[in-house]
Amino acid sequence: MIKKFDKKDEESGSGSNPFQHLEKSAVLQEARIFNETPINPRRCLHILTKIIYLLNQGEHFGTMEATEAFFAMTRLFQSNDQTLRRMCYLTIKEMANISEDVIIVTSSLTKDMTGKEDVYRGPAIRALCRITDTTMLQAIERYMKQAIVDKVPSVSSSALVSSLHMVKMSYDVVKRWVNEAQEAASSDNIMVQYHALGLLYHLRKNDRLAVSKMLNKFTKSGLKSPFAYCMLIRIASKLLEETEAGHDSPLFDFIESCLRNKHEMVVYEAASAIVHMPNCTARELAPAVSVLQLFCSSPKAALRYAAVRTLNKVAMKHPSAVTACNLDLENLITDSNRSIATLAITTLLKTGSESSVDRLMKQISSFVSEISDEFKVVVVQAISALCQKYPRKHSVMMNFLSNMLRDDGGFEYKRAIVDCIISIIEENPESKETGLAHLCEFIEDCEHTVLATKILHLLGKEGPRTPSPSKYIRFIFNRVVLESEAVRAAAVSALAKFGAQNDDLLPSVLVLMQRCMMDSDDEVRDRATFYMNVLQQKQKALNAAYIFNGENTHCAPSLNLRALVCVDISGPIQEVRLCLSVSSVPLANTPITEQKTEFAPVATSKLPEKPGPTRQDIYQEQLAAIPEFQGLGSLFKTSEAVQLTEAETEYVVRCVKHTFARHMVFQFDCTNTLNDQLLQKVMVQMEPSEAYEVLHYVPAANLPYSQPGSCYSLVRLPEDDPTAVSCTFSCTLKYLVKDCDPNTGEPDDDGYDDEYVLEDLEVTVADHIQKVLKPNFAAAWDEVGGDFEKEETFALASVRTLDEAVGNIISFLGMQPCERSDKVPENKNSHILFLAGVFRGGHDVLVRSRLALADGVTMQVTVRSSDETVVDIILASVG
Amino acid sequence: MTAQTCPRQHQRTTMEIASLEPSLYTVKAVFILDNDGNRLLSKYYDKELYPSMKEQKNFEKNVFNKTHKADNEIAFVEGMTIVYKCSIDLFFYVVGSSQENELMLMAVLNCLFESLGQILRKNVERRCLLDNMDGVFLVVDEIIDGGVILESDPQQVIQKVNYRLDGSEQAYGFDLFDYIVGNIDGQTDRSQCA
Repeated sequence: MIKKFDKKDEESGSGSNPFQHLEKSAVLQEARIFNETPINPRRCLHILTKIIYLLNQGEHFGTMEATEAFFAMTRLFQSNDQTLRRMCYLTIKEMANISEDVIIVTSSLTKDMTGKEDVYRGPAIRALCRITDTTMLQAIERYMKQAIVDKVPSVSSSALVSSLHMVKMSYDVVKRWVNEAQEAASSDNIMVQYHALGLLYHLRKNDRLAVSKMLNKFTKSGLKSPFAYCMLIRIASKLLEETEAGHDSPLFDFIESCLRNKHEMVVYEAASAIVHMPNCTARELAPAVSVLQLFCSSPKAALRYAAVRTLNKVAMKHPSAVTACNLDLENLITDSNRSIATLAITTLLKTGSESSVDRLMKQISSFVSEISDEFKVVVVQAISALCQKYPRKHSVMMNFLSNMLRDDGGFEYKRAIVDCIISIIEENPESKETGLAHLCEFIEDCEHTVLATKILHLLGKEGPRTPSPSKYIRFIFNRVVLESEAVRAAAVSALAKFGAQNDDLLPSVLVLMQRCMMDSDDEVRDRATFYMNVLQQKQKALNAAYIFNGENTHCAPSLNLRALVCVDISGPIQEVRLCLSVSSVPLANTPITEQKTEFAPVATSKLPEKPGPTRQDIYQEQLAAIPEFQGLGSLFKTSEAVQLTEAETEYVVRCVKHTFARHMVFQFDCTNTLNDQLLQKVMVQMEPSEAYEVLHYVPAANLPYSQPGSCYSLVRLPEDDPTAVSCTFSCTLKYLVKDCDPNTGEPDDDGYDDEYVLEDLEVTVADHIQKVLKPNFAAAWDEVGGDFEKEETFALASVRTLDEAVGNIISFLGMQPCERSDKVPENKNSHILFLAGVFRGGHDVLVRSRLALADGVTMQVTVRSSDETVVDIILASVG
Repeated sequence: MTAQTCPRQHQRTTMEIASLEPSLYTVKAVFILDNDGNRLLSKYYDKELYPSMKEQKNFEKNVFNKTHKADNEIAFVEGMTIVYKCSIDLFFYVVGSSQENELMLMAVLNCLFESLGQILRKNVERRCLLDNMDGVFLVVDEIIDGGVILESDPQQVIQKVNYRLDGSEQAYGFDLFDYIVGNIDGQTDRSQCA
């Protein structure tokens, strides 16, 4: 026996644990003594403790054995040992879900709940409510009501809290106890107050008026419990938010008054509530910020943490409000609690000036290894924000980030760093080379496929355009040798881009490609073969189409498309082109949002995972179901909805423009807001200003009150004059009105014709152009070629800034800005905007627009397209 | 720490979500670990948070790893605010959501710690805690009910639990009891302990 014990002791390491080697079966065996008479309270207590301990350790009890033990336990109610009885209550609660027929103890518990022993009453109520279901609740309702208003605080609290737990189960029954809860709320005991308030709010929370009344009462009467105050503050701030009441509301005054409460808990809750309020002004924030500032020097770590976390929150929206606390925050950087130090430093990063950045970064690096991943991500996000604020500091940041990248850390942390580096590279061209070098080093030892492919994609995009592209090749090819399929495939794509853009590297890239063609994975092999063939042609146009800007195209239907190209690639270019246009590429549909996920094609082409249907796909399907619109071809573009009425009129009409190759369909979504009318045969009559011809109206048969319906008009675009891209339609809503009973909706038999004038509808050049992202604009520019290039200069007199000009051009032409040229760098007075799109009918259009700022904006527009008419149309429309 | 050991991490990296719904359900979990990170007692009050035993133990391990080196009172782990305290070879933790008022959680932790200090006669250490596990269960039950703070005043808790611990007599009683049950282990151990 003793020997066995020694062994145990060694195993457990630090002193023995009387519960260490408990066997469930042995304990259940022991539980048989529950049935012995007389009851030995001490032994039984010990066994019950063991059972609860086992349950707590996660030991699984079968229903049979649990039920058996439970029934044996019920016998222990005969003993009057207090602790034993209390442990029985605990056992009941623990086993309520495991054992069967737990309701057999109902009568014992009801007896204890209403008995003389106050020590039993509270716990008995809580145990009873745990095993009670909706049907039994009626039986104990009377006792519950009494218990809620009982003068013994523990009884009242227990009843209130148990009621709260049961609200989820039987709201209707518990709701009837509102008056009792109301009475309990005026109790002298602070916990009873708190629990009563919680229950009352929970029962009334859907009735804003009742909540408001309740708040009014309690904020005036004054509660004693700090917990109750915190609860009141939360309720008040929620109500403020919902009612969008101004900050002159008495509720706001109440919250502000709590800043002077004597309990720190309440003061903090109030400060936090004010800080979290939307559209709070600096003046309203000030008192909250100053109490938080005081807390920063508290000896209690939790309070310092709470304060600095909340200040961090303030700094996101109102950095200037926190500046006053900078000194206190700097003291917290050396706090022994690393969480507090991190929050302090990230707050400082948000509020600090450019000159303090270096010092702060040094301080962060001294402890970054000691904090949890969650906080590391917070730090990285703060740095990322800082980089945008002070772009000149990018070298310090880059250095710091690369050190962080080398440290251990989870995926989220690494991703945050990589995203941050990428954004620095994109914002600051001069940091590109260092950034890429750090990322190259990172992928040498990177366990996260997503990050590796993302970086490889970036390398392919940016690497070839750096002064010495050759140094990246080694890093990329290492991936081909060492990594998983997805990474290998991404590496092959990146390699191809180098080959296509750098003639002197081409031979070595081809050699590497050759080796990739023997890869064990299909996708990698296919890609290598495909790129090999394209590269061998040494034709700029092919490179541009399939390597740089191909990413969008072979995103979804990759393999088939490329297989097709591979077959024909030896033929003349025209033929290849043909193949591509035959498969009528969903390129036009590529939503702009895919810009960000571009690095994903590797993954997507492996799994046949398609993005959910786009809005346009849904419309296409709806239109195809209408017989009049068959034979129009595939839907080219769908515009955003245009409102043709004011929002609050009798009939609300909005129009969606669908563009097809030679036609347009106008979809009018109408809503009838009059409940005493039924509209029938609703259609919108259109009078075009140009040579557009209305072919067909598809009316909506019925338009009852508040049920939206759609009618359509089909318009043929003028074929003899392709330059007529813009047109104004005057629109009139025509319909048959039948009056009807607003209550039953029953319409009269007779109706009368009526009409309603709508606002004019404009068709502009943007409706004929679909956005397309060209990741490499220069290559696309060369690909289209200068055959139909035209150039013209305009003066935009009314525009004052470059930003405004860029925004106007983009929205007017409805084309996709490329190479991030939609962002105008600060303090520059000239800018080049690159736009790409596809014109109706499938002609690529590229626009290069040079802008110069001097007393208004001068704009030189160069347009290239594969079709001359398109060039003319664009220039004509701009003029 | 890598991502595998904390499966929830990726869902909860953002520190703040929407504002807090006013509610009495303040405490998400409470647990007591020994100095090897083993669970002695643990209660989870939010069924959606770590529903399985495996997730709970992973979480406890993660929390323990991040907190046992320094007694820092408060930490932020897997998107949860954690307040803690250690005593000799025991670690006490109270867990709340990231938006919870930290001081409320501290009130719970302090109440738990002081109540246990009283019923264990200041011997807040592993062996003594395990010997009086029934009292510990009852104290936790009086402080938190289903996540709601039931009582925050240690005096009230002691009064409600009304737990008797009589040093020598208790020990003797247990020895006798152990002897009767045939568990001599306990006896040897107690002499070492003393």
